[in-house]
Amino acid sequence: MLKIENLSATIADKPILKGLSLRINAGEIHAIMGPNGAGKSTLGYTLGGRPGYEVTGGSVDFAGQDLLALAPHERAAAGLFLGFQYPVEIPGVSFVQFLREALNAQRRSRDEAPLSGGEFLKLAREKAALLKMDMEMMKRPVNVGFSGGEKKRAEMVQMGILDPKLAILDETDSGLDIDALRICGEGINAIMRKPDKAVLLITHYQRLLDYVQPDFVHVLAGGRIVKSGGPELALELEEHGYEAVA
Amino acid sequence: MSLSALLPPLKSEDWRYAPQAALAAVWPVEVEEIRVSAGASERLCITQQGGEEPIARQLLVVLEDRAEFDLTLLNLGGAYSRIAVEAHLGKGARLFIGGVQLGGGGDVLEIVTEVIHEAPDAESRQVIRSVAGGHASVTYLGKVRVERGADGTDGAQSVRAMLLDRTAIANARPELEIYADDVKCAHGCAVGELDAMGLFYLASRGLPPAAAKALMLQAFIAEGLEGAGESESDNLHALALTRLQSLLEAGQ
Repeated sequence: MLKIENLSATIADKPILKGLSLRINAGEIHAIMGPNGAGKSTLGYTLGGRPGYEVTGGSVDFAGQDLLALAPHERAAAGLFLGFQYPVEIPGVSFVQFLREALNAQRRSRDEAPLSGGEFLKLAREKAALLKMDMEMMKRPVNVGFSGGEKKRAEMVQMGILDPKLAILDETDSGLDIDALRICGEGINAIMRKPDKAVLLITHYQRLLDYVQPDFVHVLAGGRIVKSGGPELALELEEHGYEAVA
Repeated sequence: MSLSALLPPLKSEDWRYAPQAALAAVWPVEVEEIRVSAGASERLCITQQGGEEPIARQLLVVLEDRAEFDLTLLNLGGAYSRIAVEAHLGKGARLFIGGVQLGGGGDVLEIVTEVIHEAPDAESRQVIRSVAGGHASVTYLGKVRVERGADGTDGAQSVRAMLLDRTAIANARPELEIYADDVKCAHGCAVGELDAMGLFYLASRGLPPAAAKALMLQAFIAEGLEGAGESESDNLHALALTRLQSLLEAGQ
């Protein structure tokens, strides 16, 4: 589903990713761990197409398409979802308003019929319930006044509504208390653990992986993958630290 | 005497951003008086869509004691389109001026206000939201004057402008002139560009750039249309959205 080959990227001319390769097949859950500054968030933003993150080498194939040739909204329509470490607050724009417009823009680009207001609200209500999120909160301005945990749950509600093929979740576990961590973990499983979907979890800690069991764990350091293994690698990292393991 | 001698002097602050040729075409500006009688409550929405011909309106608003007035100004463009308001507030009166200006191309748009608190305990609030693309210039000049003895005055000005292109210009001059002791006056002013991170966030969910910008700009101007009242509100929002979309298309 995702084939990253020798990817290099810079921010303001500073090299961050330095020849990163990674392959993710449908039905797989991958976790990327690594020390601060290794390039984990840069990988997520580069795949999402954030302006200012310049690809200087390599290629990314996403479900048969050249991902890097697509604008951010086209990547979303192709089935990519980026869960933000710090979800952005947008005053005056409500979740339901923008999500319906976003979903229908995606659907139109895939030649699917747009959802009516009623159909959309039904879908949103269902996904909000899955994340134990009050539907009233989804009628409020995007992330404004939300706690850290609420923002992350709202990210997962959005993922549920948009129903992507591949979710890249950047530190979804940061800022979550124990209950919210469990709810988000279960939400990820319910929405994304399917034979035709895949997940790339970017995380510092084992704790999210207790709920969302990865098939593969990779260590990112110095802008490339330095070690890959099964779920046991995450436990090893937790016990011995990055320096000893990678 | 030449014609220019009859026009307001170039040094006049209230006219400093007006092109001379446009000024000559609209001068002298007829004054339209609006009087709200004591204790009454009224609402007015003015939508101004200029073209090649310059337009200028000058309102004189008189609020008698305890009168309430919600004035909404939607300035949608034009070679020169100006709306000026001089308001006099009686005791305990309440005035809200919401202004939205949406300019593109070579538009020159102005909202100019002078709110005069003549008696105690009156309240005035002004919310001006301007969007400028292309080479447009959008201006707000607003003075709140609190006369001697007008204690208990509460005056507020919130002025924000959003530039869609680096070639557009926003002028903002909120101004206070206070001759009374016990008053509460606040003004805030900001000129900026759309938040790049917000736009990326919306795009990452699948919104095309023009739709994401339109959504953020609608949110930006919404406060300026808050005083419009239910019957007019939808219409003003629709007019504004159509205009915003045309500004965004022009910028692509």
